[in-house]
Amino acid sequence: MLAFLVRRLLQAVLVMLTVALLAFVIFRYLGDPVNLMLPEDATQQQRAELRDKLGLDDPLVLQFARFAGNAAQGEFGVSYRNARPVSELIAERLPATLELVAVAALISLVVGIPLGVYTALNRRGAISQALQALSLVGISLPTFVTGILLILVFSVQLGWLPSFGRGDVVDLGWWSTGFLTRSGLLSLIMPSVMLGLFQITLIMRLVRSEMLEVLRTDYIKFARARGLPRRLVHFRHALRNTLMPVITIAGLQIGSLIAFAIITETVFQWPGMGFLFIQAVSFVDVPVMSAYLVLVAFLFVLINTIVDLLYFAIDPRLRGDRAVAGGHST
Amino acid sequence: MTMTSTTTTTALPGLAARIAASDLFWSFRRSPVVIAAAAVTLLLILVSALAPWIAPHDPFDLATLDLMDSELPPAWAADGDWRYPLGTDGQARDVLSTILYGSRVSLFVGFASVALAGVLGVSLGLVAGFFGGWLDAVIMRVADVLLSFPAILIALLINGVLRGALPDGNQDSVALLVLVLSIGLTGWVQYARTVRSSTLVERAKEYVAAARVIGVPRLAILLQHVLPNVMGPVLVIATINLGLAILTEATLSFLGVGMPSTQPSLGTLIRVGNEFLFSGIWWVVIFPSAVLVVLVLAVNLLGDWLRDALNPKLR
Repeated sequence: MLAFLVRRLLQAVLVMLTVALLAFVIFRYLGDPVNLMLPEDATQQQRAELRDKLGLDDPLVLQFARFAGNAAQGEFGVSYRNARPVSELIAERLPATLELVAVAALISLVVGIPLGVYTALNRRGAISQALQALSLVGISLPTFVTGILLILVFSVQLGWLPSFGRGDVVDLGWWSTGFLTRSGLLSLIMPSVMLGLFQITLIMRLVRSEMLEVLRTDYIKFARARGLPRRLVHFRHALRNTLMPVITIAGLQIGSLIAFAIITETVFQWPGMGFLFIQAVSFVDVPVMSAYLVLVAFLFVLINTIVDLLYFAIDPRLRGDRAVAGGHST
Repeated sequence: MTMTSTTTTTALPGLAARIAASDLFWSFRRSPVVIAAAAVTLLLILVSALAPWIAPHDPFDLATLDLMDSELPPAWAADGDWRYPLGTDGQARDVLSTILYGSRVSLFVGFASVALAGVLGVSLGLVAGFFGGWLDAVIMRVADVLLSFPAILIALLINGVLRGALPDGNQDSVALLVLVLSIGLTGWVQYARTVRSSTLVERAKEYVAAARVIGVPRLAILLQHVLPNVMGPVLVIATINLGLAILTEATLSFLGVGMPSTQPSLGTLIRVGNEFLFSGIWWVVIFPSAVLVVLVLAVNLLGDWLRDALNPKLR
């Protein structure tokens, strides 16, 4: 157990160091920050002062050490475009993205699991067939097209929901939330549905196939033979054993929700990290790009590690001397 | 009931093996969905290849644009004009023509980046599988890292890096190159992993040992003997990845880091059309979106079919 823990944590640290090195290389060698930060008619002296301030003339090892040290403390320098500290920009935008992702993940579980259970229990029903077909179309639809269609129907035609921004947010000191106001909640609906739609289909299909698998096992047949009520068999015995892989996959998918939030945030002009990142990519705002890279990699590694450990904690079969496969399919 | 039907088909393994070549066509003919998907894909490739000749207008020739004709609805609507079957956008460009030219760009980027990813992935997979050692370890670790992040994120990152690294990286003229590189450099992992594992199998076979004994150089063994034997799954991966590449291109262009609006792809058209959404000019965004969805769906269906039809386990 301890050996596994240590190995897993070492692995996580190694990945983070690799990502930090990559971020540093991007940070250091991409374009000339001095040219990007100063107006074109800046004097030679202004340039020299800025180079000195950014520490661009120091030895490379020193620069990487400083970069990694600062990154560990959440300091990524100053945005070339906004001339504000990157940490400040990200802290401002992080709540918006995390709230969006949390709601989308919740929607995908709350809608996806019941649909999956329903389609598994009524495999040949007309509704199940329709849902299966619909989920295929849902997977093929580019997410931004879904978003545009949502806006076209619910904002332009019906005028029910706001099409951009977060609405009114309440400032809680270090966190700004849209959960507490009516316009904030209304603004959340379409973005989170768009972001969650793909996950809904994914979770529905996963629950369906896992459930069908479990329903074929002997202990379910035995429970039925004992004359237990159908409801008890399905929900107490079958569903419980279905949920473990589902929770694993759902956890791992939070990472891709954060990544796909880039698209959602662009469609709905949601003031989150993804929107910040896309602007950084189009203006080659290197500090913001490398900060986003490190932060997202950190979230990914954190989630993967937690899921691996959870798997280990939940499934007693993994605890013995068996090798731990972890939550990855690769 | 299902038991009997499977036993009748598997009872004749010899026959099934002999007609393996025509199996593909047989399963193609049997499925109307696949035939439709193939027809749609071919049609879209054809019309976009012929765009300069069959498009009713040249939407990028400023001299022919008349602002009086801007924002016209599709021809069948009340104010429509049959000169512009699908209406015009805010700059009086014919929507049908921009879509034809746009699919041309989208398909070009799709094919080019799949080709780049394929060549890169197959080469790296061959090298990793055949030579092993630290080279194998490095290539596969990089592949693992790439695979653990969503493709769109990697493509965006490479895109940003290339824009900064290339001279004039932010200019419209190199947008096509930046896109192909960022999608191609993201997509090689699957080829590399598949080719590597089949190379490992092939390497241990006797014909390789025999070639070595008679003194064939290692590079020649790799290219002339191993390569043809590991190419089987590559076509399937390429077809599946074509849909993904077209979608990634559209997403990047939609996000504003792909093709510029002077040389739009389908994704750019959707981004530009999106700005008109609130003026009620829906046709500028809906038609390119529909073409994109149909194209991706058709290619995906073809890819799925090819994967199933060529998979011996499912036969």
